[in-house]
Amino acid sequence: MSQNKSLLQLRGITKIFSKGTIDEVTALDNIKLDVNTEDYITIIGSNGAGKTTLLNVIGGVFPPERGGKVVISGSDIAGLSEYKHAAYVGRVYQDPHIGTAATMTIEENLAMAVLRGQPRRLRPATNKQRRELFRSALAPLSLGLEDRLNAQVGTLSSGQRQAVALVMATISKPALLLLDEHTANLDPRTAQLVLDLTEVIVQREKMTTIMVTHNMELALRYGNRLIMMHEGKIVVDLNQKQRAGLTIDDLIAAFEQASGRRFIEDNILLRR
Amino acid sequence: MLDIAGSVLSFSFYEGLVFGLVAIGVYLTLRVLAFPDLTVDGSYTLGGATTAVLIVNGVHPVPATLAAIGVGLCAGLVTGVLNTKLRLPALLAGILMMVGLYSINLRIMGGANVSLLRQVTAFDKVAEVLGLSHGSIVVSITVALAIAAVVFFILNWFLRTEIGLALRATGDNEQMVRSLGVDTDKNILMGCAIANGLVGLAGAVVAQGQGFADVGMGIGMIVMGLASVIIGEALFRPRGMARLLLAAIGGAFCYRLFITVALRLGMAPGDLKLITAVLVVIALAVPFIRKKLRHEWIPPAVRW
Repeated sequence: MSQNKSLLQLRGITKIFSKGTIDEVTALDNIKLDVNTEDYITIIGSNGAGKTTLLNVIGGVFPPERGGKVVISGSDIAGLSEYKHAAYVGRVYQDPHIGTAATMTIEENLAMAVLRGQPRRLRPATNKQRRELFRSALAPLSLGLEDRLNAQVGTLSSGQRQAVALVMATISKPALLLLDEHTANLDPRTAQLVLDLTEVIVQREKMTTIMVTHNMELALRYGNRLIMMHEGKIVVDLNQKQRAGLTIDDLIAAFEQASGRRFIEDNILLRR
Repeated sequence: MLDIAGSVLSFSFYEGLVFGLVAIGVYLTLRVLAFPDLTVDGSYTLGGATTAVLIVNGVHPVPATLAAIGVGLCAGLVTGVLNTKLRLPALLAGILMMVGLYSINLRIMGGANVSLLRQVTAFDKVAEVLGLSHGSIVVSITVALAIAAVVFFILNWFLRTEIGLALRATGDNEQMVRSLGVDTDKNILMGCAIANGLVGLAGAVVAQGQGFADVGMGIGMIVMGLASVIIGEALFRPRGMARLLLAAIGGAFCYRLFITVALRLGMAPGDLKLITAVLVVIALAVPFIRKKLRHEWIPPAVRW
């Protein structure tokens, strides 16, 4: 783990769905997590382990159960509405459609993203200076999008849209970047492109990042810390040193030891 | 013959500009916010009734007209609150407002209608300034054109501002807008308010133009606005903010022209509603049939 100071502290985060009914599910079970500045955490776990629920709590989509604390940059934002969380947290979703507005142009999409967490005013959303900023943010993608600022996002391919979504999540340099299986819906080549791009942006901006993935190989290749979740709990938390040299088989062994179960389920195995 | 064509055209032009305000209101809610707002039937009458009553009570026609915008804004705001704060479905919120406003409009007017006969309206004021005869079509067009132009320029500017952009994105991708730090509820309130403010303004202008406000004047206004927006989109295939707004006005003009010609050709006024319905069906079905013939992908029908 890096020597940096703590950016995000989760304390007593529990999330129960369909409370009091026969379908009651404890998606998150008393999670405690400290994320340091410039950490790049990869989170793996089977379906229903609580990975996405955890991101949703951090992103403010829904609040944790009473008593849970989400402290970011010193302020507890648990229970605040989603749009207030946005000031601290940028997020890229699995579905490229969620991260971008299809009927608006690339320029308009970025113009909205650049104002994350700032008050919006009655002044033109784009100007020469901002356009320059957009071009310089899009150029590293090598997709030629910097010359197509007036193209409607709906006319782009999924990969291009996801790349735009990634730029939108990071262009205002939020304190924390959440990546929710953001390459799972893309073909292998495009997925690699978006992953490379993620790496470039995260390194360049020194962004604190949490990436959820189903892919163990990705989880080992990227980031400096690896967390494994199971049934709403963090069962494995490896720092950079502990993680170095690990193979997928080691991860599976670690999972079996921590959860006390044979690793036979679901598609983690399939995606090795 | 030319005389008739000229008068039909100029009258439709005037009507297109005024009802273009309704069309823009419907465009803002339905297309920009993806919020099918049926408040329109009520807020149109609300605007007309408010202005008429104020003028009869001696208020200058200009502030009386501006008041119509104000009451329209409020009506839209209530619809928005019903939807965002009490989580009523948009359609139901609009229908309830439409029904509720009917009673309110009756209360405002103290009866089914208010006559503006021998009252000084905004049209008379403009005629005075221009030195034209009262009731001339030139005056009507001047007033309508001035109002439509102001509305067009303000909206065309507003929808490109930082706030306007987030408003437009709310109808496109609400989840994204929230994740960028914008309170989408507020945007829906704002959009509904602006739209119904415009509709109220249209009601105020029409009431003064025709010389009375009537509790039934707003009936079918939502369908007319919808028809205008759809016809405008089908005919002009607009891209970009300015053209989208102009297409709504253009659609309203075409619709009114169609109706006026149909009346001149001897159709009974009672048949016009059916014509409107058929017109909307045609405007919506033609692009679908065209795509089908070309074996293009067709999105599923919307079910709100």
